[in-house]
Amino acid sequence: MKITEQEVRYVAALANLALSDDEVKKFEADLDQILTHIDKLNELDTSGVEPMARVLYEAQTGTLREDIPVPPLPEAEALANAPQPGAGYFKVPKVIER
Amino acid sequence: MNVASLTIEGVRRGLHARDFSAVELAQAALHFAQAENSKTNAFLTFSEERAITAAKAVDEKLARGEDAGLLAGVPLAIKDVILTRGLTTTCGSRLLEHYIPPYDATAVVRVEQAGGIIIGKTNCDEFAMGSSNENSAYGPVRNPVAPGRVPGGSSGGSAAAVAQGAAVAALGSDTGGSIRQPASFCGVVGVTPTYGRVSRYGLAAFASSLDHIGPLARNVADAAAVLRVIAGRDPADSTSANAPVPDYAACFDRNVRGLKVGLPREYIKDLTSETGDLLARGVATLKTLGCDVREISLPATDYAVATYYIIATAEASSNLARYDGVRYTFRSNQSRTLSEMYRNTRGEGFGVECKRRIMLGTYVLSAGYYDAYYLKAQKVRALIARDFAQAFETVDAIVTPVSPFPAFRLGEKVDDPLAMYLSDIYTITGDLAGIPCMSVPCGTTTEGLPVGMQILTRHFDETTMFRLADAFETAGGPD
Repeated sequence: MKITEQEVRYVAALANLALSDDEVKKFEADLDQILTHIDKLNELDTSGVEPMARVLYEAQTGTLREDIPVPPLPEAEALANAPQPGAGYFKVPKVIER
Repeated sequence: MNVASLTIEGVRRGLHARDFSAVELAQAALHFAQAENSKTNAFLTFSEERAITAAKAVDEKLARGEDAGLLAGVPLAIKDVILTRGLTTTCGSRLLEHYIPPYDATAVVRVEQAGGIIIGKTNCDEFAMGSSNENSAYGPVRNPVAPGRVPGGSSGGSAAAVAQGAAVAALGSDTGGSIRQPASFCGVVGVTPTYGRVSRYGLAAFASSLDHIGPLARNVADAAAVLRVIAGRDPADSTSANAPVPDYAACFDRNVRGLKVGLPREYIKDLTSETGDLLARGVATLKTLGCDVREISLPATDYAVATYYIIATAEASSNLARYDGVRYTFRSNQSRTLSEMYRNTRGEGFGVECKRRIMLGTYVLSAGYYDAYYLKAQKVRALIARDFAQAFETVDAIVTPVSPFPAFRLGEKVDDPLAMYLSDIYTITGDLAGIPCMSVPCGTTTEGLPVGMQILTRHFDETTMFRLADAFETAGGPD
């Protein structure tokens, strides 16, 4: 087995993802199958190969634009999709418990 | 006017001859799209008001004798992962059911500046993750050519909208084949341009080093026209390219004599079905047209699926972290603490395929695994890109199948995620290398299911890709 139930629960916690027990079981089997396929990459010798971290290079993209201040999104528009806006902020449940 | 068979050229001629006005055409397209939607579920939202307003503006410009733009009056559909200001954009997810973007994607701005008429937003796999459109929270799309079958994915709604005749062209997005595969399943043209050719600003991010916006259309010339409009540098996307955008249509000389075309043996060795026969007949047409077809090798191909599903899921797990119940409409109401709210919002909001990919992506990036998975995959990605670079030293274009099989039945593959991933083999390599690639119709099977032929060219050489596709289309497809 490439992955255990305990690892699935650990990864779900890292991803902030609540999973049902059925989902844990399903993903344990799915990830095991996919990770087994992925093991194929170990057949390839990649020593001396530079990792490809991006597709185009600076000469092709001219990455930096000029630093010109522009008006930001108005507060009301930025908050329009918030589940719970309030006083110009995104409101969330209590972070610190008593 | 017959909305279902119009092309961009047909729209232009009809408007200039006053056969119809842009408003009449927009109304007809909307009416047709709405009437057909019960059969295909291709559209999630219709944008009647926006379409009529834009069409009126086109009519007024034409009445004044002004240039109304390259896409003047053309009814277009936009995949629902591309942001439209004031128009619900769900990404096919329950999480964003009520999300109304505060801005337009750059590609949307450019389409409308060119006179294009957006008639609605199209269904897709949730956050563009899938190859069948069955991962949409709003139900699957049915293939207009064969209603019991999938339209392909993830841009299934865009492909279906163009194939059924509701939209003359559509925008889709492609991360591992999501434009080309549905185009091939529905019998339309689908183009994934060079990475960076089209700004990603306003495209809901799935895997940022692989994501593309591109057109779907009824013929090569229309796809090229839409690409010309949306392509080019955008200061809002630092990965968009500076390279000048040529007038592709001006290069359609239909003379591809002597063009060197590579046929990679790794892509045809397992093809025994009708898909293989049709591709062979397509290649025969290319030879008749005078192309110099030769077999080539892309040895890293067998490693592409593994590479892709590491890189794409790793980037997705990071990009989808933002959907945590704070900013984007949906929040679980079952939670007392902040961290419970994060976990429950995501657990309730995401569908199974998104969860699976977030899990895989989080796993490959987690402490202790980074070098073995993500870094290894980036190195193999470099080998895949090198294969293509070496091949393009001897050939001008590469021709391959798009999918190992034509459109499959709804529900046929939903229970086997690895089999579904493996079926992406012919399309993901182009995304990994960042080169332009497209699907052009290449006949139908005895059951009447469309099959596509993929054409790939060098970075920024969409012109050669379009020239070859146009010559192939003009020749009538497979011999």
